[in-house]
Amino acid sequence: MATKAFQKIYTKITQITKATCSLKATGVGYDELASVDGKLAQVVKIVGDEVTLQVFSGTEGIRTNAEVVFMGKAPSLKVGDQLAGRFFNAYGEPIDGGPIPEGREVEIGGPSVNPVRRKQPSELIATGIAGIDLNNTLVTGQKIPFFADPDQPFNQVMAMVALRAQSDKIILGGMGMTNDDYLFFKNTFSNAGALDRIVSFINTTEDPSVERILIPDMALTAAEYFAVEKNEKVLVLLTDMTNYADALAIVSNRMDQIPSKDSMPGSLYSDLAKIYEKAVQFPAGGSITIIAVTTLSGGDITHAVPDNTGYITEGQLYLRRDSDVGKVIVDPFRSLSRLKQLVTGKKTREDHPQVMNAAVRLYADAANAKTKMENGFDLTDYDNRALAFAKDYSSKLLAIDVNLDTTEMLDVAWGLFAKYFNPAEVNIKQVFVDKYWKN
Amino acid sequence: MATKGIVKGIVSNLVTVEVDGPVSQNEICYISVGGVKLMAEVIKVIGKNAFVQVFESTRGMRVGDEAEFQGHMLEVTLGPGMLSRNYDGLQNDLDKMQGVFLKRGEYTFPLDSEKKWAFKPLAKVGDRVGAGDWLGEVDENSQPHKIMVPFTFQGTYTVKEVAAEGAYTINDTMAVLTDANGAEVKVTMVQKWPVKRAITCYREKPRPFKLLETGVRTIDTVNPIVEGGTGFIPGPFGTGKTVLQHAISKQAEADIVIIAACGERANEVVEVFTEFPELIDPHTGRKLMERTIIIANTSNMPVAAREASVYTAMTIAEYYRGMGLKVLLMADSTSRWAQALREMSNRLEELPGPDAFPMDLSAIVANFYARAGFVHLKNGATGSVTFIGTVSPAGGNLKEPVTENTKKVARCFYALEQERADRKRYPAVNPIDSYSKYLEYPEFQEYISKHISPNWIEKVNEIKTRMLRGKEIAEQINILGDDGVPVAYHVTFWKSELIDFVILQQDAFDAIDAVTPLARQEFMLDRVVNICRAEFQFDTFLDVMDYFKKMINICKQMNYSEYQSEAFKQHNAELDELLKERIVK
Repeated sequence: MATKAFQKIYTKITQITKATCSLKATGVGYDELASVDGKLAQVVKIVGDEVTLQVFSGTEGIRTNAEVVFMGKAPSLKVGDQLAGRFFNAYGEPIDGGPIPEGREVEIGGPSVNPVRRKQPSELIATGIAGIDLNNTLVTGQKIPFFADPDQPFNQVMAMVALRAQSDKIILGGMGMTNDDYLFFKNTFSNAGALDRIVSFINTTEDPSVERILIPDMALTAAEYFAVEKNEKVLVLLTDMTNYADALAIVSNRMDQIPSKDSMPGSLYSDLAKIYEKAVQFPAGGSITIIAVTTLSGGDITHAVPDNTGYITEGQLYLRRDSDVGKVIVDPFRSLSRLKQLVTGKKTREDHPQVMNAAVRLYADAANAKTKMENGFDLTDYDNRALAFAKDYSSKLLAIDVNLDTTEMLDVAWGLFAKYFNPAEVNIKQVFVDKYWKN
Repeated sequence: MATKGIVKGIVSNLVTVEVDGPVSQNEICYISVGGVKLMAEVIKVIGKNAFVQVFESTRGMRVGDEAEFQGHMLEVTLGPGMLSRNYDGLQNDLDKMQGVFLKRGEYTFPLDSEKKWAFKPLAKVGDRVGAGDWLGEVDENSQPHKIMVPFTFQGTYTVKEVAAEGAYTINDTMAVLTDANGAEVKVTMVQKWPVKRAITCYREKPRPFKLLETGVRTIDTVNPIVEGGTGFIPGPFGTGKTVLQHAISKQAEADIVIIAACGERANEVVEVFTEFPELIDPHTGRKLMERTIIIANTSNMPVAAREASVYTAMTIAEYYRGMGLKVLLMADSTSRWAQALREMSNRLEELPGPDAFPMDLSAIVANFYARAGFVHLKNGATGSVTFIGTVSPAGGNLKEPVTENTKKVARCFYALEQERADRKRYPAVNPIDSYSKYLEYPEFQEYISKHISPNWIEKVNEIKTRMLRGKEIAEQINILGDDGVPVAYHVTFWKSELIDFVILQQDAFDAIDAVTPLARQEFMLDRVVNICRAEFQFDTFLDVMDYFKKMINICKQMNYSEYQSEAFKQHNAELDELLKERIVK
């Protein structure tokens, strides 16, 4: 970032900690950006004429006579159509070797949408993955995370969802992403010929961790441009929000704040909500949908990060490897989309809610039968049929490599019902059975 | 001369202001930042420095920015025209705001100053009146909205003039009063009141005793809440807190419903905005929105205003109670409010209590719940504020400060349970852990004997005991196996399942099952209790299961049918037939 003319340069730093430095300065605004020997920093505390700066990339090597210049603005992003197809770092600077995009400069982390101006989400997002479309249908304007263990293929699933969802723009916010994953996304998107509708803000594990804090706001500022000004349907992918929360914890720790549960800052709920609540359906047609990843440690969802996330987001998706069919599936029991009833059976075929519930119920029967079998009890004929159904259901519908439209999924489900059960066992409204049962 | 100040320090939304005159704790000030005035509240004073929490983002604020103190605490504006409105936590009318995004420093007037209200005088010239006494009334969405002597008036006044029946705006003079010294004061339809003070213009606050019907069986039948009562609903995410709260706010037999969406999802408020104008109040047949006020301070709106929002809601509730109305206040969720307190306490560098919450959390929660209640007004009328709050315990663990402190003060406890939710047994209120202290109140027991039936409480206690017994047997069966316990145990277990499926579980998304009027609850409770008291003949445990599954299915069909309709009667007859098959006595 270039310095402007007539800016006062300070050269006397009075205090340096691992993440912050302080100096005497006047006329400085809260949240304002500064450069400390070229390193970006933000004002986090002002007491009289003493200003404390948080240096994003860390304070290594900063001298007490470092040059400090205040930029008179909060962190911002130049928004415009030229963002499309580009890769940026946490400061919104290109990392793909291309030119700096031109556009209107907008401060990131802007105001919230007035709740009375929101529209109720009602448009289905088709991903082709039945574990999502059939059982946990997503809706534009929704916010939903994958709760995943670090070894699960959540980035692959997210990339697949992003490419299949008929969105106008995809904004990728990568926090603490490995370089390999970054390249995976880059290659997947470019192989699919989709680069022109993708904007990426990437902070890899090689970059300083505190920089990560800027990524979601950068991504969502870009998303708001396309959703508000272009009325586009924007899908924002944030991976991995646990890394974001960890960065917040580092900052709050260095600022001597009292930690609350799991060493996380007391404001974690508000910090996460500010990001996720940017998901919105605008009345003019544009929308922002957020699909995020929250990695769990040892599957523990009571940890502060997944716990607070669960209270904010509209459901959550779990991946699981099904050892019976050897595939990764979307777990039908623990996954939940809170907004699905806004579209299922309304935007999809009428039998959708009933078929979905029946299939999950039968799958639960199979799980019970499995427990029975493992405990050495005799299985009934029904148990055996349920088990066979579960295998088919798992590999033909729940597996993440399935790609069908919702009507096909419903037909496949009816096919499986007829193959293994009689209508009474499936327990669906008679009118639907008459209409859709496959003889 | 108003006190002024200069900004000296900024950490997030905690700002230090050096003042040039007196300030009071909780006084409101406006700080000018780049031409925009931001509202803030004094939360600590040390010497000349006042520490204020700004209700909005402090981005761009500089040392040297000017503050103007207002000489009063955070207030709400009370008057006709609040019903059906959508406010933020500081009572700004959200619908009056321009644009899609909230603008910093935009404050809108909560009432309509143009609208004319049809006024009817209630007081006469010469009447001796005091704070809270009724001078007249206007019709607000079919509610008699009383124009009262402002709550801030002290002592006794004499009515000198009252406006004649006719149409007036809120700022017209409705009455002229003279105080003890003969000085005249004018009264309009509008008054202001500081939100953190309780409105106590009533004669007495007896123990509440009147059942508040909600149409939710697990509440009305099993753990009833009363007019002026307090209750809370803790539960991990995904257990149906919001669905239950919405069900109560839609169906409760209240005159006014105030929903404080405090730090929760914006889309949930949007659901209320979208649905309530369409839905019909089951008690009056009018649109639900007509009796509803929404205070929306969603999770992405400023944190400090979140703390204010519950007080704003409570003050409005107390105002309507002063008119002799039944007010129901729902806050979702009080944990977010406590978290807002925690964030501020943290910035003030106070020594933290458990889980980093402020030490006085329990006092703050207790004071707030104490503002609810059933009151006798000075003129003999009664009014009530019933308060139900939700709690979002971290990690679903009920042993955390907010849940524990709330449990000490709220009289009803509706514990939502993950396991019940996983098994799709909605509403997922745990029947064994949950309680309503009101069941033990002699006043309540007397009221129920008179209005429902003398042996109602006995039956309610019986089904509670049966649920507990059923749970114990289920555990035994799990250990010993189906064959390991006598058949009679299976019968007892399935009787508890019958209670669970027919009384406790309720389909909030089914038009008929969602609302169960009291007469119907009484009928079903009688039916179920009589079945539970009967003796049956079975040979094997498999017979027990089959038989009770059939019975549950028939009862559920009854729940899904219009009460006393042909279908209902037919299922009822089917149930009689089925009972004849096995009943011994």
